[in-house]
Formats: sequence, C-alpha cells, structure tokens
Amino acid sequence: MSTELNRMVDEATRAFTNATTMKELKLAKTTHVAENSPVALANRSIAELPKEDRKSAGQAIGAARSQISAAYAQREAELEVVELEARLAGEKVDVTLPASLRPQGALHPVTRLFYDLTDVFVAMGWEVMEGPEAEAEWLNFDALNFTPDHPSRFMSDTLFVDPPENHLVMRTHTSPVQMRTLLTRDLPVYIVVPGKTYRADEYDATHLPVFHQLEGLAVDKGLSMADLKGTLDHLARAMFGSETRTRLRPHYFPFTEPSAEIDIDCFICHGESVGNPDQPCRTCKSEGWIEWGGCGVVNPRVLAAAGIDTNVYSGFAFGMGVDRTVMFRHGASDLRDFAEGDVRFSRQLSGGSR
Amino acid sequence: MKAPYSWLIDHAQLPAEVNVPSLAEAFTQAGLLVERIDDPAGAIKGPVVVGKVLDFVVEPQKNGKSIRWCHVDCGPHNPEGESSRGVVCGAHNFEVGDYVPVVLPGTVLPGGFEIATRKTYGHLSDGMICAEDELGLGDDHSGIIVFDPALKPVIGSDALELLGAREPVFDIDVTPDTGYCLSIRGLAREAAQITGGVFTDPYSQEVPQESSAGYPVVLDSEDCPLFVAISVSGVDPTAQTPPWMVRRLNQAGVRSITLGVDVSNYVMIESGQPIHNYDASSLSGPIRVRKAKPGEKLTTLDHVDRVLSDEDLLITDDSGPIGLAGVMGGLTTELTETSSDILIEAAWFNPVSIGRTYRRHNLPSEASRRFERSVDSGVAYAAAMKVAELLRDLAGGVISEKVTVAGKVRVMPTCDFPDASLPGRILGVDLSEDHVVSILEASCVEVKKNPTGGLKLTPPTWRPDLVDTYDYVEEVGRKIGFSAIEARMPSAPVGRGYTPTQKLRRSVLNALAEAGFVEIIPLPFISEVDLDRLNLPGDDARRDVVRLANPLSEEQPYLRSTLLPGLFASVNRNTSRSIIDLALFECGLVFRGTQAGPAPMLDVSKRPTNKQVENLFASVPDQPRHVGVVLCGHWLPASADSGAEPVSWKHAVYAAEVVAQAVGATLIRRSASHTPWHPGRCAELGVMVDGEWVNLGWAGEIHPTVVDNWGLPTGSCAMELNLDLLMSLAPGVPEITALSKFPATKQDVALVVDDCIPSVEVTEALRVGAGELLESISLFDVYTGSQIGEGKKSLAFNLIFRAMDRTLTEDEASTARDAAVTAATTRTGAVMRT
Repeated sequence: MSTELNRMVDEATRAFTNATTMKELKLAKTTHVAENSPVALANRSIAELPKEDRKSAGQAIGAARSQISAAYAQREAELEVVELEARLAGEKVDVTLPASLRPQGALHPVTRLFYDLTDVFVAMGWEVMEGPEAEAEWLNFDALNFTPDHPSRFMSDTLFVDPPENHLVMRTHTSPVQMRTLLTRDLPVYIVVPGKTYRADEYDATHLPVFHQLEGLAVDKGLSMADLKGTLDHLARAMFGSETRTRLRPHYFPFTEPSAEIDIDCFICHGESVGNPDQPCRTCKSEGWIEWGGCGVVNPRVLAAAGIDTNVYSGFAFGMGVDRTVMFRHGASDLRDFAEGDVRFSRQLSGGSR
Repeated sequence: MKAPYSWLIDHAQLPAEVNVPSLAEAFTQAGLLVERIDDPAGAIKGPVVVGKVLDFVVEPQKNGKSIRWCHVDCGPHNPEGESSRGVVCGAHNFEVGDYVPVVLPGTVLPGGFEIATRKTYGHLSDGMICAEDELGLGDDHSGIIVFDPALKPVIGSDALELLGAREPVFDIDVTPDTGYCLSIRGLAREAAQITGGVFTDPYSQEVPQESSAGYPVVLDSEDCPLFVAISVSGVDPTAQTPPWMVRRLNQAGVRSITLGVDVSNYVMIESGQPIHNYDASSLSGPIRVRKAKPGEKLTTLDHVDRVLSDEDLLITDDSGPIGLAGVMGGLTTELTETSSDILIEAAWFNPVSIGRTYRRHNLPSEASRRFERSVDSGVAYAAAMKVAELLRDLAGGVISEKVTVAGKVRVMPTCDFPDASLPGRILGVDLSEDHVVSILEASCVEVKKNPTGGLKLTPPTWRPDLVDTYDYVEEVGRKIGFSAIEARMPSAPVGRGYTPTQKLRRSVLNALAEAGFVEIIPLPFISEVDLDRLNLPGDDARRDVVRLANPLSEEQPYLRSTLLPGLFASVNRNTSRSIIDLALFECGLVFRGTQAGPAPMLDVSKRPTNKQVENLFASVPDQPRHVGVVLCGHWLPASADSGAEPVSWKHAVYAAEVVAQAVGATLIRRSASHTPWHPGRCAELGVMVDGEWVNLGWAGEIHPTVVDNWGLPTGSCAMELNLDLLMSLAPGVPEITALSKFPATKQDVALVVDDCIPSVEVTEALRVGAGELLESISLFDVYTGSQIGEGKKSLAFNLIFRAMDRTLTEDEASTARDAAVTAATTRTGAVMRT
C-alpha cells in the first residue's frame, strides 16, 4: 500500500514538475488529483478494507494527498511567476515614443515676468492696480506735471485718439493709473501697475511701439528716497539674485522730483567685462551696469492734483520696461519676436527656466 | 553734449587726484550721464612723434607720380648713431624746416595697419609721415599734417598730444531740466563743485543797464525780454579760423565753416548762449523782434521759403523778416565772404515759443536745442562781447563802444523754503542745515533767512529749473550723490493680495497654456481691410472702431475691436515659417468706438471734484478684456500608435470650456450663425443669469471664405469671448456637498428625436425629469440612418443614479429613468428607441 502511495506521489509530483504551462499543470491535476486519479480511487477503496486497517490506510492516503497538493501548489506558484514574466515581457513598449496628449502650450515671457514681478510686491503687502489703455490726456500728462508744451506730448511721440480735440491718448506709460488710484483710494497707497503702453516709436529689433511696463507707487507719511532704494534693492535681488546691487543716478522726469534712473549691476559679469575686451559681456554691453528704469520722489505737484496734503504725505514711484527686462534677463536679441507670435518664442521659457 | 576734458579744465581747476575716469563717474553720479569717452589716440598703438624735415629729394616715378625721399629729424627717436630718419613720402604739401608727425616702425594705426621699416622706391623707408585720416583723427587726406609753428613743436615729442588727440572728450546726456549743462561753462562749474575744485567763470561780466547806444533794437514781444547787439567793423573776411579753434569745434562735434560762423559756434559751446551774426551792411533800419503775421514769408539760410504762423517769433528790420528768432537766420542778412561789418546778436527767447517754432518748421539745431531748454539770460552780454573780442583778435575787427542792451535780465523766482531739514527728510539722509545751505550756496543759489522761519532761496540766472521746494531737494541730492542714500525698507500696511478678478485672469491664462495653447501678444492695430476680410456686415458692432489721429501706419489706423485679426496674422507668420500645427491664444483689451464725449482737461493745482473725476473716468472708450483662440492644422500630429488629430470646432469650444472652468462658470452653448464663423459650425457661448441669456462670445470653425481671405489653413477654428463679462458673472464661493457612500446604479437609454433638436435640450430634459437621484448624465452615441428614418437621430445616454442614504434598487432607478424619458418626450418629442 505505502509503496503504491509513494509511487502515486512520485508520479504526481513528476507530472506537475514536467508541466511547463498552467494548462499542462491543470491537465496533470486532472490526472493526479481529480475524481478518477489513483489517489482518489485509493481513497474510495478504503471502505473496502477491513475496519482495523481503515484508520492507518486513511492516514497514509491523507498524507499522500497532502504531498500531492503541496507539490501542485508549489508548481502552480512557480508557473504563475513564469507566466507573469512571460506576459510582461510580451507587453514591453518603447517608452521613448512620443507621449503628447496635447500640444505644448506656453505663456508669453512678458506675462510670466509680470507674474514674478507682481508676486514680489504682493508678498510685501502691496496691491496690483490696472487701468485703461485708451486714456484721458489729463491723466496721462497734465496731472503728472507734464507742461502743455512737453515734447513727449507731441504727435511725434504720443498716439492720439481721433479727433485729438477729444483729449484721449494711448497711455504712454502706466502712470495714469497712479492718478486714478490717488483720486479714488484712501491713503496710504502701496501699489504696482502692470500693463501695456504705447508710443509713436519705431518698430525694430530694439524698439516696440507697444510695450509693457511695471510701475510702482507708494504714498505714505514719511517716505523718502531711502525707502525707494530699499524697495528697488529688494526687487532687484528677488529678480536677479541676492548679490544684485542697484545704483540710482539723478535724472529728470516731470512727475518725480528728485528723479533718478535705476541701474542694476550686471548679474552676468558683475562688472568683470568693463575695460576688458577679452571678456566682453553681451548682457550689459561691457558697461557693468544695466539701465533698468526710472524712479523718484513723487513731485508734490502730482500729489496736489490729487488733493493730497504734501506737508503730511510724500511718496515715491518707479517704473521699468518689462519687454526690455525679458530681453536682458534671458538674452533675447530681437524685440520684434515679442510681437510677431512665432510659437517658438513663447515656448522657450518653461518651468523653472522662467 | 560733447565736452573735451581739456576745455573743461581751462575753466575748472580740479583737485590733483581727479582724472578722466573719476570725473566721468562723478558727472554720472550727479545726473550728467557720461555715455561715452571718446579717446582718438586710444586707437593708435605705439609712438607718433614730432619730426622736423631736414631735406628731401623729389624723385619722379615711372607711373607719372613723384615721391619725396626725406630726412626727418626725430631727436631721441632717430636710429642709433644717426641724425635723422629716412622716410619716403607721397605728399607734397610740406617744406624743409616743417614740423610733421612721424609714425615710428612698430606702431599700429587704426584699422590694424602696422608701420614697418621697408624697402620702397629704392630706399629704406624707416617710418611714415602721415595725414589726418591715417591717424584716425579726421577725414582730411589732402596732404600730411604740418604743425602750426604757433603750437611750438618740440622735436621728438608726442605728436598726438600736440594734435589734441590725447584729449579725451566726454559725451554727456544732458537731461531737459539742466539746459545750463549744454555748455562748457555749465559743465566746468559742475565739475568743480562735485570734485571740490575751483571754477573761474569766463563769462562773469554782467549784462549792463538797458542802453540804446548801439544798433537800434525794439522788442515787441514778451517772448524776447532781452536782446544784446554789438557791432564789429573792419573784420577781415578772409581771415582763417585758427587750428586750435577748429580742433575744439571738431571735438565738440561741430564742423568748421568760416571764421565768422566758427567764432559764434565756439562761444555758444563755451557759454551756452546761441549767437547770431548779421552782415551789418545788409540791415536796413532798426531791428524789431515781434510775432509773425499769419501768412508772412521768410527765406531762411537753407534757401527754403517758409510761410510763418502768428506764433513764430521773428527778427525783422525795415525790409521785413530777417530771421526766425532762435531757430534760423534769414538769407538776406547772412554773412558772406565779403562781410566786414558784423552785428552780433545775443538774446533770450521764451523756450516754449522756440520749441513750437522749430517743431513747426522742423528745424532742430544746436541753437534751438539750447533756447528750448532755456539759456542763462545773464550771459548774453558777456557772450556777445567774447564773440566781438575773438573777431577783433583773429580778424582785425574793431569793436564799437556803442552797445545796445534792449530789455533786462530775467528776475528769477524766489522760493520760500519751509525748512532746511526737508532735503534730508526727503532724501532719507542725515543732513544738517548748514550742510544744505553750503551746498545751495555752492550752486550759486542766494540763501536768505526768512523772517517768518525757513529760507528764502533765489536761483542764479542759469538755473530756471529751480522753482519749487522739491527742485532744491533734488539739487542737494545731486550734489551729495544718490549713493549717499542708505536703503531702507518701507512697511506697507497689510494687503489684500490679488483681487478676485486678477486671480481669475491668471487662472485663465495658466489653464489655456496648460491645455496646449501658446500665448501671443501682437500689436493691437487693425485696418478697414482686416474687418472686410472678416466678412463683417456694415452694421456689425466690431466695425464701431476707435481711430487714431496719428497712427503708426496709415494702413492700420484703428484700435482692434476684436482679437481675431491679430491671431490670424500670427497664424500667417507661423505658417510662413513652416509651423503649421497651431493653437494660439491672446488675452487683451479690445476697443469700442462709441464714446461719451471729449475728456475734460482739468486744473492741476487742486483735486478735481468727484463729479469731475466721474466724468473723466467715463470719457475713455469702453475697452473690455477679451480672450481669443485660433487653431489650425493638427491638434496633435500623427504618432507611432495613433493617427493625426486635425483641429475641429471642438477644440475651439474646448478652449472656451477651459476658460469657463478656470473662472468657475458653466457655459451654455447654442447653435448660431455669426461672422466670421462657419454658419453650421458655430457655437454661441453664454450663461444664464436670472433666467436671461447673456452672450459671451462665439467658437467654432471659421467660415471658408474668411479662411481664404486670410490665407489660413483649411479648417481653421477660432474662439473669442468677453473675459471681463465672464469674470463678472462668475459664481461666488461655491458649496461643497456631502458625498454619498453608496454604490451607483447605471441605466442606459436611447431616444429618437428630430434631427434639428440640439442634443443639449434632450440632455437637459432628461436631467430635469430624472429628479434628484440622478448623479450624472452623458451622451455616448449619436446615430442617424435607415433604422430610425429620415430626419431623425438617435441619442444614447448613460444615466447614473445614486442616493445619499441607501443603495438604490433597480426598480427605483428604472422609475427615475422612465420619468426622465417622459420629460424628454414632453419637451422634445423624443421617443424611446425600440
């Protein structure tokens, strides 16, 4: 009996081991485990044994069935692994194939830079104001202390809405929003104004008749040029790195007094290129400084036009060209690319590269 | 303004430690931006020395020319043991004994031209004597440079120094408020003040009392309050301008013309006072300064006949107009090559009047530029007298003792300066009152104590820019330098961050970019032709455009009323560069022509009233912000495992959905016919507000004729909507409802309706009919064909039902579905498909 059982176990185990697919294994199971398998038949034959032998025979057969089941389970597990590996091998794809589900979209670099610029100010508690592009001449010029004969008001410089007697212009700077704000909001005021501006200017590699500015205005008690410099230093460091320095150079603007131009030291060469023809710098044209914009203390005449007591309040303002900032920050060489809509232009700046 | 360093230090004695770069830096710090320092000798590498021609032999050559074989004594630069250098020279404009510049072998001239000892014309030429252009110092090539003996040349000394080429020239950007720095005098004064040097005014002689002793002058206009006239007779008209003056004029960027002209230009550059010289013999009767009569005519020096405006200020005599004051002289009284009696004019003209006149006649000049920025009215006499003296010294003229001074020097406005601590407070620097006063006094401001406190300040005659208190604050700031200001961070009050609208707009831009659209910012100008090419009917709202009075191009005189022309033009730009699969978007203002009325021009001395502010703001044209999209070619090109996906109306609608989703609004679409879209593939976009339809824009495929008009790829699609309006209608803070934890039950239903019924109407009917157990509904198949009959379509929907509190039974779901179908039948005539 036990010899017989051992043979059955051996045969079953061999059959399972010989099975190389799940299908063969199932077939072997039918032969060696199912109803008409030798071990099943042997089990059924227990009833025919004498009563006293039944127990030991039952135990022996049970042990043999356990062995067969274990052998089956072991082989099944082995084959599952083999078959899964085979399936996965068959499912291999070329992951370097293109995987675009939509085209590559992009924001315009000017929009991206506006985000960065205004984020710096919003983080300081300033607010963002905007205004119309077709603007009242009074807000664009007179209220900002431009005399009636100031050259920038001539048709050679400023685009007028027809007829000019209606005193509407395409704003030449974002500054009319300063006056709109001062006329409508309570003091103190800390605002930045992003927006589009217009000049009767050339359209070439270094000039655009329609361009973008960021303007800042703060009016509060006790503000000075020191506050202006602190604000610009912070902005410059946020935009160009913590090492960046600014320089204020006296200049003239009708709406600020004192007025200054803002230079930032070149964040590429840090002045190494100055007087060093072997190491020219494209970003600052080997001048060491980059002209960034204009600024100054708000001319009290401007505050007076908004009805602000200039004995109590003072303010500062600044402005910079955003297209030009994109130009030197990213080394763009031709301003026409900003307006022509070639998708390759906007797509170049993505993710952290902005 | 070009200012030679040597000219500046003629009048300003600077501290020993000051050099060219440090002075340039100091100028820049004081607001006089040094844009460039011209250094002509800097381009020459190696020595150029003074030599004396000892002898030469003329040797004719076969080519018909002749050369000179010269011996030139170069002193210490002669070859060892020799007393001269042998040089071959092709020029003939020198004599034995002349002093000439000699370029020694090894020196590299501008353009990389290296001089070497070389065998030529049978001699060993050991250097080069050269012309002005060869040294890069001018364009004269008529002969070699021969030094004027008056310059006292020293053999072997630096020839470039003698030529003035070692003198650097500052090119300074003078801002409009510092007209006094359009002169050597003004710049030298600043240089001395900012470096701690000493300035000596070469034009210190004040304007004398009014006198009509000289040539009669009548002032008939407020725009000319001062006119000095000095006569010089017996001037030698053949006298030449001396080389030193020519050199300085050249350095200052002015060409030498004749002595008479050169002298007045020289004095203008030095003093800042433009001078006009008349041929006294051509004048008839008294000079009268007056406004022109309308239509009056004058032939100016440039031989142009000019018709004058009654705003033009004229110099006239009995013959009529003889000059456009401060702008250009007349032809009839011009100095000629025989003029020997000269009348010198130095006057002060109103800057505004001069500015208007030179612009009207398009005659910008060195003189009008200075008058426009205001000239020092106190310098008129000294400048005119300097011209007279130069004519005397250089051309033998006799200065008449009878000088005319018509009018007076302007009285400068005084300023009540409240408090000497103001400059320190505004600049953010510690400045004592004494320091402030000393700076102002160094700027020649008259400082007096006001009996009522504070200071009374009077600027010098050359500082018309000093009027208001803050002008003086700036003056102090310029003189201490803005680098003295220590940065301080102001603390703004707590802010509210971006406004909801600003946040929504940023979401919209980001969403479109992330959805695959590329942002563009084209110029916002359009033409009539652009509107025609959109096939817009005559009464279309988009034809109500804002026109510019002075457009950049007459071809595009309007501000855009729609974003589509800019988007389409950008498609053209890309396709012309072989980029044919495009999804572009723009977000920007469009302009509507209808306008309330002229914008008011208000008083600037005080705040306008609230009513005036309201009118001011209402005067600008309506300019809503739109967002627009254009698509062409493929949304996605073919790839390894899928075919190309051409753009369709759906992508345009998708863009609108992206925008609406970013704003949080639910867009409703309905079929529409609207130019420039394809009438069968155009969706009108809108929202329902209180049961009313509000149009926001359109999306779909572009009309094929418009596609042709613009040269767009076939099948191009577009979307444009009013973003400002959409954002204004965006829902407020939405609620988050509780989520059911029970399984959903799905039911499918197919309905047959008339072909013309929009699917959305059936969907909405089912939604309403299904009641609150319906969680979602989606249309998954549309069938038309023989099985359901002509003019019909079958719509298959998948409905998902779910309850908050239990698992729904099939019966409950079926009942709800039947109710949905009943509603669809009632509303749209839908029949269950069998």
